[in-house]
Amino acid sequence: MSQKTLLNAAQLDMTLHRLVCQLIENHDDFSNTALIGVQPRGSFLLDRIARLLQSEYNISNLKTGKLDITFYRDDFRRGEEPLQANSTQIDFILENKNVVIVDDVLYTGRSIRAALTALQSFGRPETVELLTLIDRRFSRHLPIQPDYNGRQVDALGNQKVKVSWKENDGVDAVYLLKTENS
Amino acid sequence: MSSLSVDHLLGIKYLTREDIELIHTTANQFKEVINRPIKKVPSLRDITIANLFFENSTRTKLSFELAEKRLSADVINFSAAQSSVKKGETLIDTVNNILAMKVDIVVMRHPNPGAGVFLSKNVNARIVNAGDGAHEHPTQALLDSYSIKEKLGSLDGKKVVIVGDILHSRVALSNIYCLKKLGAEVMVCGPATLIPKHIESLGVLVEHNLKKALQWCDVANMLRVQNERMDISYFPSVREYVQQYGVTRKILDSLDKEIVIMHPGPINRGVEITSEVADSDQAIILNQVENGVAIRMAVLYLIASKIKRDD
Repeated sequence: MSQKTLLNAAQLDMTLHRLVCQLIENHDDFSNTALIGVQPRGSFLLDRIARLLQSEYNISNLKTGKLDITFYRDDFRRGEEPLQANSTQIDFILENKNVVIVDDVLYTGRSIRAALTALQSFGRPETVELLTLIDRRFSRHLPIQPDYNGRQVDALGNQKVKVSWKENDGVDAVYLLKTENS
Repeated sequence: MSSLSVDHLLGIKYLTREDIELIHTTANQFKEVINRPIKKVPSLRDITIANLFFENSTRTKLSFELAEKRLSADVINFSAAQSSVKKGETLIDTVNNILAMKVDIVVMRHPNPGAGVFLSKNVNARIVNAGDGAHEHPTQALLDSYSIKEKLGSLDGKKVVIVGDILHSRVALSNIYCLKKLGAEVMVCGPATLIPKHIESLGVLVEHNLKKALQWCDVANMLRVQNERMDISYFPSVREYVQQYGVTRKILDSLDKEIVIMHPGPINRGVEITSEVADSDQAIILNQVENGVAIRMAVLYLIASKIKRDD
């Protein structure tokens, strides 16, 4: 397995600041906005963005939630193992809110499709936007594009993008992984 | 582990502790789903489930049907009372006819013990046992143990007494298997005529004195006294049963601790427990009903996840 660094800690931090500033441009004081992280990996990005908004940009009363999409995925019974659910933590309704779905890597678009369906269980949002840290462009199976994007990457199908978070994996970085014989 | 070790849910006897814990963990997520404004997920939208009830049931059937619909499965219902079973059709013929309509999962209640096991060997569908005679009622045991865990945090080392007609109870047998697998100590309590001989071989304690049993336990699971048993002299009279095995406020107040009261329903109020006890904070009977739907969703989800389209 070979590994190439796409973003190091400093670059990742700068990217997060830029994404946060773009969010503020469109959502102002976030009074009618909810940020929803897609479980499991999108929740790390959500936590980091929420922390930046609160500590560096003084956004108070930020509404955040974590959404599990397992029961809405279209690949149920297609893998070797059953899909195991994570927890959903959304303790408010999304009716008429401006929702920003947050996920770390946008690849085929199927996860976001499932997230859009799952969101409907919590009300009818006014608008829904998508924020991703990495957009693996040219890999989409569905017509889904991010509104806020950290970095675009052209990766082959047998390559993998891994986002590593300090609090979970010990280091802040984004890697492109490739098996030796691929 | 993220997959059940079995292809059918025929009884708790066939499950491992890991299987039971996987079902409980999955039920946690479904409990969150059924408390949302929109309680439905599309997971089983291409699965067809037949509910075959060869014996009367209201609650279990409703609970399964709701679980199936909340998973978006297509559901067909079959009740033996209105069928050709009365005309002598065999079980395999009945089920195969239904399977010819492309059914993936059969949820079956049957008066004969082992009917589910028999069916699983003879028809091409996944079987979920919704109660077979006086043998097993696995989903009830799964929801009972889940409800205790929810209330007390864990089952390891907890003391649970099952009170009532142990002899004819599928709930009792499944509960014994399930609670023991999860590390609880189990006691059965009831009149000698309603306790099976050699039940100690299952690793349970036997007590005929209700007060002593309640003093010993953390949880009392009260079984329903079947009306049909009341006429055939397993105990002298309902009045005597109530005096010896009915749980009242007075008995609970005489204990030096607060125990959890459970009942699989429907309650004969004033027989197994008084209304005062059934409606008290100590009783988790309605939690059991709510958890029943989440547990059945988890079971159906995990069984369905083993069905591949090239089966």
